[in-house]
Amino acid sequence: MAGEKAAGEKKPGEKQPAEKAPAEQKTSQKDAGEKKKKVKKHHASRNPVLARGIGRYSRSVMYARKALYKRKYTAPETKPRATIIKPVGGDKNGGTRVVKIRKMPRYYPTEDVPRKLLSHGKKPFSQHKRRLRASITPGTVLILLTGRHRGKRVVFLKQLGTGLLLVTGPLAVNRVPLRRAHQKFVIATSTKVDISGVKIPKHLTDAYFKKKRLRKPKHQEGEIFDTEKEKYEITEQRKTDQKAVDSQILARIKQVPQLRGYLRSTFCLSNGVYPHKLVF
Amino acid sequence: VFKRFVEIGRVAFISFGPHAGKLVAIVDVIDQNRALVDGPCSGVRRQAMPFKCMQLTDFVLKFPHSARQKCVRLAWEKENINEKWAATRWAKKIEAREKKARMTDFDRYKVMKAKKMRNRIIKHEMKKLQKMSSKKGK
Repeated sequence: MAGEKAAGEKKPGEKQPAEKAPAEQKTSQKDAGEKKKKVKKHHASRNPVLARGIGRYSRSVMYARKALYKRKYTAPETKPRATIIKPVGGDKNGGTRVVKIRKMPRYYPTEDVPRKLLSHGKKPFSQHKRRLRASITPGTVLILLTGRHRGKRVVFLKQLGTGLLLVTGPLAVNRVPLRRAHQKFVIATSTKVDISGVKIPKHLTDAYFKKKRLRKPKHQEGEIFDTEKEKYEITEQRKTDQKAVDSQILARIKQVPQLRGYLRSTFCLSNGVYPHKLVF
Repeated sequence: VFKRFVEIGRVAFISFGPHAGKLVAIVDVIDQNRALVDGPCSGVRRQAMPFKCMQLTDFVLKFPHSARQKCVRLAWEKENINEKWAATRWAKKIEAREKKARMTDFDRYKVMKAKKMRNRIIKHEMKKLQKMSSKKGK
């Protein structure tokens, strides 16, 4: 069993049904024609299980069954690089020094950390599944409920990688720029603008919209607050992107009567208006 | 004092229950509280129904008591009850109420703009009339 691991390039199939074997042989023969180095698919275990952890055959019998006497594995001729040669800079300039690529650990804990138990299905945020409500499709008019643009009606463009919604006023209509909005804090109306032909630039991603914060405490405590961005400045790129997207959308908005005025207005509740009774 | 009576052939509007909003014809009276009712052209099977959930309309059909569904349907279609009903103010009010409830956010905006415009025009005319009458008074 230990010997098989060294040979494996493909994933070893633990329980492959017998019918697959002839099909695999065909592909492996074809592959053998294309690339002679490719390993054939692995055989199922030749040691039937009697109980968990106990095989039918002993070590020596298995050696014979797996024909390990025929298989010879040699170590690779060239070892991977262990050290690298770097030039010496700074005070003792000139000359070279030898640096290890894989270094010894610089800290050994006094007590061994116990192994963590295996957990299942706990993914980092970047791998989470993103969902989008069925009522939100490209071109839907959304009502923002939170943030400085609360109550404004806004056009939905697309969902970004983190799940946030890319949204635009358009700027000329209600002063909402290209912005991200959270799905949960938005009401989707049934009004839709036809955005089928609109091309949204590919560089509008979450990284583009992420807030930038400077943190380089070279100075003492008193001087730090100067370097951090207090006042947000609109970059030229944002302006050009805004124009590029809005020009396409404004044309579509003009085609629908009264839609421009609708997007300019804000949503509000008054006496006798109950959100649970409203049809959006 | 009373103009609409429970009689054989009276068309009634069902106000609540599983068949709310449909029209039926009274085929027979069972006892003080229930009637045998049938609505072949409005999707109500022949059944007993309490008077409480029925609201009488102005329409009466002509068929003998306990007439079978076929006769009720013939009478109904002869009188064209469905079209007559749709033309009544009652049915129109119901339709308007439903439309209002179905209004989307955009529709509400359009209605608000239309109302605003209408009220402006009315106010303008009123002011004109007031001015004229005050001038005449002098």
